[in-house]
Amino acid sequence: MKKIYVREEWCLGCHLCEYYCANANLGNGDMAKTLKGAAICPCIRVEEDDRISFAVPCRHCEEPHCKKSCITGAISVEGGVVRVDKDKCVGCFTCVLACPYGAVMPSADGHAVQKCELCLQNNTGGAPACVAHCPNRAIIFEEEAEVASA
Amino acid sequence: MKHVIIGNSAAAVGCVEGIRRTNSTDDILLIASEPHHTYSRPLISYLIAGKTDRQRMKYRPDDFYAANNVTALLGKTAVAIDPAAQTVALESGETVAYDTLLVATGSSPVVFPAEGLEQVQNMRTFTQLQDAEALLESVGENTRVLIIGAGLIGLKCAEGLRSRTANITVVDLAPLVLSSILKPTPAAIIRAHLEANGVGFRLGTSVAAFRTLPGGGYEAQLQSGETIAFDQLVYAAGVRANTALVKAAGGETNRGIVVNTLGQTNLPHVYAAGDCTESPDACTGQHKVMALLPNAYMQGEAAGMHMAAGGAPLPCAPEPLIPENAIGFFGKHILSAGIYFDDGAEGKYEDFDGENYRCFYYDASAQRLMGYILLGRAERAGIYTALIREATLLPEAQFQQLRREPGLIAFSPEVRAQALRKQVV
Repeated sequence: MKKIYVREEWCLGCHLCEYYCANANLGNGDMAKTLKGAAICPCIRVEEDDRISFAVPCRHCEEPHCKKSCITGAISVEGGVVRVDKDKCVGCFTCVLACPYGAVMPSADGHAVQKCELCLQNNTGGAPACVAHCPNRAIIFEEEAEVASA
Repeated sequence: MKHVIIGNSAAAVGCVEGIRRTNSTDDILLIASEPHHTYSRPLISYLIAGKTDRQRMKYRPDDFYAANNVTALLGKTAVAIDPAAQTVALESGETVAYDTLLVATGSSPVVFPAEGLEQVQNMRTFTQLQDAEALLESVGENTRVLIIGAGLIGLKCAEGLRSRTANITVVDLAPLVLSSILKPTPAAIIRAHLEANGVGFRLGTSVAAFRTLPGGGYEAQLQSGETIAFDQLVYAAGVRANTALVKAAGGETNRGIVVNTLGQTNLPHVYAAGDCTESPDACTGQHKVMALLPNAYMQGEAAGMHMAAGGAPLPCAPEPLIPENAIGFFGKHILSAGIYFDDGAEGKYEDFDGENYRCFYYDASAQRLMGYILLGRAERAGIYTALIREATLLPEAQFQQLRREPGLIAFSPEVRAQALRKQVV
């Protein structure tokens, strides 16, 4: 399956991935109108210091701790994509406790969690907005490397 | 092969999914006392609060048994295991044979005797759907509720019932709330938060006697001398692992059924998982009861994979298990994992900004994060949990950076690349 990968040496620390992610999940309308004055709550988060920066999206783990830990059954794996049913989620944050990448987070209202679903849950048609709008190709969407058979 | 599962909650579901990871044809027979489709036990307090419903609290979709080709005997109780004959006897008189057996019998509430307790007709424990449904019937706006037990179950019940009545008092012999997961400082913060949301406490005391009042309702006489009038009693003073089936069959039990990381008991072909077990804590190596839903699922999955593998390699290694818990009350979240040091010990790092409390337990000589407690801000706490679960070597400078802010930036470029880059094979 295709996954999002991050190349930190190409990251400019511009945070555009966060804005495009937040906008995509708010309906993908006019970004200036949608996000004006709003605190954004993206599923991808940029980490940075004075030397480096890089974005952290969900890794869609093969053995997803968030899914195994979910107390409601709201997290499932569909075709390799780890997805969350916000209607089932009660916001207990057990998945936040469990994710080793810090990539499952409280949603803006705090009543459920959110995570990257490779833009399958919004209207971008499964073309991740963070990838499409990264100006330096620091975030890429590619097939997983095939493991050579022994 | 025929796999039999006793239980129908997280460990049982984990076992079904573990078996089906590698094997689509073996027979799976699941036996459970409760008549319901698998549901999430911890959600019963959310049901009371109106934050979920019977449909949404199902732990797996409606077609779970059919999709996994499981024969589910719901509403049937297993009463004995014969490990030599490899059979399970049911209360109904039937006997079922197994090639492998998973015991996922969970735990049961403990009720301690007290004078007059038998007179209290309006008494419930709080671990099953039927308990929540009974409380939804019995508790209204004017109901005075007395809850015995300020642990996870008692306090989630209090939070749920608070949406129905303003008159809730919690009594516990322990001087702290949530003594199983919190130390005194964070416990005091949570107690104050619960009090501010209308839950009353009488801690460090217990009920000496119950009386029926002539005009209706009841009265609890506390050891402290105070009396509390109430209409509904919820008994949440703790739970005990359901070990009886395995113990009677000659299996090793202690506070729970003793299992290894694959869920194997000392009885051949008999596995156990979930709240009925005690298993190795990956953080300390000690066997303990870690009765938490995520652990139950992962234990069940590991057992299921091994039950179906027949000696072949497993699709993945069993997940290391540690104490880890996330719970919230009236919007304030509590995340905790690992073990805590005694107050005053080296390696405790604590801060509180009036809103968010954080405490880390770092073993400088072993260079390992051993445990943490976070109140309030929860973001990215899983980065800490993973360090404990994986027993990651963590030099002090790295720990101090992570303590300030959880992030992958504290790790080496190689570790980050492993996590984030496309791997060239």
